Amino acid sequence: MASTASRLRVTEKDDITRIEFVDRNILDEANIQRIGEEISEIVDAQSHPKLLINFSNVDHLSSAALGTLITINNKIRSKDGQMRLVNIDPQIYEVFVITKLNKLFQIHDTIEDGVASFT
Amino acid sequence: MLDNCNSNEVSEKRCYRCASREDVELAQNTIIETITECGYDQPACFAIRLALEEAVNNAVKHGNRGYADKTVALSCQIGKSQVVIDVEDEGAGFDPASVPDPTRTENVEIPAGRGIMLMRAFMTDVEFLEVGNHVRMTYKRSG
Repeated sequence: MASTASRLRVTEKDDITRIEFVDRNILDEANIQRIGEEISEIVDAQSHPKLLINFSNVDHLSSAALGTLITINNKIRSKDGQMRLVNIDPQIYEVFVITKLNKLFQIHDTIEDGVASFT
Repeated sequence: MLDNCNSNEVSEKRCYRCASREDVELAQNTIIETITECGYDQPACFAIRLALEEAVNNAVKHGNRGYADKTVALSCQIGKSQVVIDVEDEGAGFDPASVPDPTRTENVEIPAGRGIMLMRAFMTDVEFLEVGNHVRMTYKRSG
């Protein structure tokens, strides 16, 4: 039976919301939907959200997860906010390149680079 | 462990009938464990797991419209040089040529439609059979 616990670890620092994933595999549609809802709640609670999403724990990611990231990015942009993705495994980065989402999202190698890129 | 992992012959086809997410994960994990035992490297396992996930998601979501009363048939043949995976749903099928290119500028912000592209990118060959409710994916080991 699916857990009802949060699938995210969320911390706030210097006006930036830092998000990490609990799960190493972000594949299951139901799980991805919950992750999307949790992040949407965070975005809804802020006037100009700044989100740093850290993929350091993630080994696998499906196209459904990409779809959720697009939805969140659209929502953040509609609120004049900013989203950064960091610490993406090279194989997963290839997924972003194939789908050309590396051009839509701002992706950085490290947390430090991601934090420094916010304006 | 498959007896003929080290031969050039393809293994006996193993079939899984999936009626829930739990069934899907069990089948996927068994397939990945077996190909790992057969010496396929980590990038191969990454590619096959991703393609499997995309094919099964499409079968459940677009083919069967959920798990209620319908199953996804998953089968796998593993040999030394290639892995062949079949995923078949009980839906009406579709024309894969009708799926828009998600990388076109007008589509890049649409949050769906990337599964088939990823299957084609990570597997050696992807073909849709019958009315489109059956996809056969082949991963050929390089070298």
